[in-house]
Amino acid sequence: MSGDFEHVSVVQLGRHYGRRRALTDISFTARAGDIVGLLGSNGAGKSTLLSILGTLLVASTGRVEYGAVTVADGGPGLRSRIGMLGHDLFLYPELTARENLVFFGRLYGLEDVAARVATALERAGLTARGDDPVSSYSRGMRQRVALERALLHQPRLLLLDEPFTGLDQASTSALVARLREEQARGVLIILATHDLDIVDGLLTRELFLRNGRLLAIAGGEGPLRDRYRAAVAAS
Amino acid sequence: MRNFFRVAFLVVRKDMMVEARSLEVLSTTLFFALTVVLVFAFGLVREGRPVDDVAAAILWIATAFSGTLALGRTFERERQADTLRALLLAPADRPAIYAGKLAGMLLLMGLVELVLVPLVGLLFQAPIFNYPWTLVALLVTGTTGFAAVGTLFAAMLVRARSRDVMLPILLYPITVPVMIAGVRGTAAIFQSTPDEPLARFWVALLVFFDVVFVTLALWTFEPVMTE
Amino acid sequence: MSRLNQIELALAGLMLAAAPWVINAAPYESTMGLVQKIFYFHMPSAWLFLIAAIVSGVASAIFLFGKKKNADGWALAAAELAVVFGIITLVTGPLWARKAWGIWWVWDARLTSSLILWMIFVAYLLLRRYGGPGSDKLGAGMALFGLANVPFIFVSVNVWRTLHPQTSVVPTLPVQMGGPLWFCVFAFLLLFLALLSMRARLERHRMRIEDLYLAEDEA
Repeated sequence: MSGDFEHVSVVQLGRHYGRRRALTDISFTARAGDIVGLLGSNGAGKSTLLSILGTLLVASTGRVEYGAVTVADGGPGLRSRIGMLGHDLFLYPELTARENLVFFGRLYGLEDVAARVATALERAGLTARGDDPVSSYSRGMRQRVALERALLHQPRLLLLDEPFTGLDQASTSALVARLREEQARGVLIILATHDLDIVDGLLTRELFLRNGRLLAIAGGEGPLRDRYRAAVAAS
Repeated sequence: MRNFFRVAFLVVRKDMMVEARSLEVLSTTLFFALTVVLVFAFGLVREGRPVDDVAAAILWIATAFSGTLALGRTFERERQADTLRALLLAPADRPAIYAGKLAGMLLLMGLVELVLVPLVGLLFQAPIFNYPWTLVALLVTGTTGFAAVGTLFAAMLVRARSRDVMLPILLYPITVPVMIAGVRGTAAIFQSTPDEPLARFWVALLVFFDVVFVTLALWTFEPVMTE
Repeated sequence: MSRLNQIELALAGLMLAAAPWVINAAPYESTMGLVQKIFYFHMPSAWLFLIAAIVSGVASAIFLFGKKKNADGWALAAAELAVVFGIITLVTGPLWARKAWGIWWVWDARLTSSLILWMIFVAYLLLRRYGGPGSDKLGAGMALFGLANVPFIFVSVNVWRTLHPQTSVVPTLPVQMGGPLWFCVFAFLLLFLALLSMRARLERHRMRIEDLYLAEDEA
C-alpha cells in the first residue's frame, strides 16, 4: 500500500454543522518529525480538525494534502499511513489487549502480526496483563494499549485527541517519552490538548484554536500558558 | 476480492469473540423473542386452539421484533469506545465492514430462530418437519433480507438522534415484502393442505429481494457513513 | 414565485375549478353510479404519488452518489409531495371503497402497497425532522431503498390479495371517460410541478441562508 508522505498541508479548511461553524479558514503545514500542538479550550474545534485529518470527517471547504495526495485520491492506501488515538480510545472492552491488537493488526493487513503484537505489549509494559480484558484496565493502561494500537502499523501521521486525560504523573512522562521516540523516527505527530503545562517544551509547533479559528501560530519565549493568554487577549 | 472476504471474516470473528465473552445480546434477544411469542399467543389463541396461520405470523413477528433489538444492541456496543470509527479508519474496504457486520447479525438471528422454530412448532402444533428444506430456505432468505436492510440502517443511525425509535420506523416499512413473503410462505407450508409451490414462489421473491438489497447496501454503505 | 410557476398554478387552479363540470359531463359507470366519479381525483393522485416517490428516490441517488447538494432539496420536496398525494389517494380510496363495496378498507393489493410506500415517505420525513445533523444523507439512503422497494411491495402485496380493478382499466374505459380523466391528470400534474419546483427552490434558499449565516459569522 503506497501513499506515504513527508508533510501534511491544511489549506483553508472549514467545517460547519448546519449553522454552527466548527472550523474557519485553518491553514498550516507540518513536516515529518514535527510535534504539532492543537491547543485550546473545549469546543474550540480541536476534535473536529483531528477527525478531518484522520479522514473520518469531510471538510466543508478547503482541503488537506498529504504530500501530493488529497483524501479523495488517497483511499485505503492513505488510511494505512494514519494512526489515531481517539478520545474514546477505540478499544473493545470485552476483548483482551492482545486480542484487540491482533484484530486491528490483521485488519490493517500487517505481516507477522503475532510478533508485532508481542513487541507492542512489551513497549506498553503490559505483557503480564496482556490476556486480561481491557475493561479491567486502569485509564492509564488502556491509554497505553490504545497508543500501541495506533502505532502498530507504523503510520506516518499520528493523531492524538486529549491523550493526557486522566493520566497520572508516571503515565504522562511515559507517554511524552514515547512520543519523542516516534518523533525521532520521523513520525508526524499532531496532538490536541488543553493541558498546556504538560506539552510545554514537547511541541515543535503550537496552533492556538479558539471558536474554530487559528489565533496565532505563536513562537517565542515564556511558558505556553502565558503565550496562549496573550494570544487570546490580542484577538 | 479476497481482501473483501478476509476483512469481512475478521469483523465477524471479532463480533463473535466479543459476544462470546458475555453472551449478553444473544441471551436477551432470545428471551425477548420468547416473550413476544407468549404475548402474541394470548391475543391469538382462542379457547386453547390457535387461529389459522398464527404459528407462521408469530414466528416472523418474533424474529422481526427481536432482530430489531439485536441490531440496536450490536451497534450500541460499537458506539461505546467509538470502535465503529476505528473500523472506518482502517485501510479496509468499507463495504467489507458492512458485510462482516451483516454476517454476524445473520449468525445471531440464526441462533435465535433455531430455538424459535421448534418452540412455535410445539406451542401451536405447527408441522415444522413437513417441508423442512423449504422452511429453512424461507428463514434464511427472509432473515437475510431483514438483516441486510437492518444492518445498514442501524449503522446509519449510530450517530443520529432518537435512534432507538428511528430504527423500527425506518426498517419495518422497507421490510414489508420480506414479512409478507416470510409469513405467507411459512403459512403455506403449515396449513392443513400445504401449498409447497406457493412457498417456493415466496422463496424466489425473497432471493430477488436479497440480491437487490444486499447490493444496494454494499454500494450505499460508504457514502452514507462518511460525514 | 417564478413566472413559470405562476402560469402553472393559475392554469391548475382554473382547471380544478372547472373540474366538477367536466367530471359531471362524463358518463356514469354502470355498476357504481355517481360514487365512481371520485376516481377522477383518486387516479391522478395515485399516479402523482408514485411519480413523486420516484423523483424523490432518483434525486436521493444523485445526492448520495453524484454528490450534488441541490439534489437533496428536490428529494425532500418530492417526498413531501409524495406524502400529500399519498394522503389524498389513501383517503379517496376508502371513501370510494365504502360506497362501492361496503367496507372502508379492503386490504387489496394496490391500496395496501400505496399505504406501505406512503409510510416509507412519512418515515423519511420523520427522520429528516428528528434525526439530528447528518440526517440528509441518512434520509437519502432511506428514500433510495424505498424506491428500490416499489416492485417488491407491488408483487408481494399483489400475490397476497387481489380485489382492486385491474390495471388495464384505463384503456377499457369508454372514450367519454378518458377525456375528463386526462383533464384531471393534467390539472394535478401542473399543480404537482408547480409545488415541486417551488418547494425545491425554498430548500435551496434555506441552504443559501445557512451559507450566508456562516459567511456572516466569518466576517
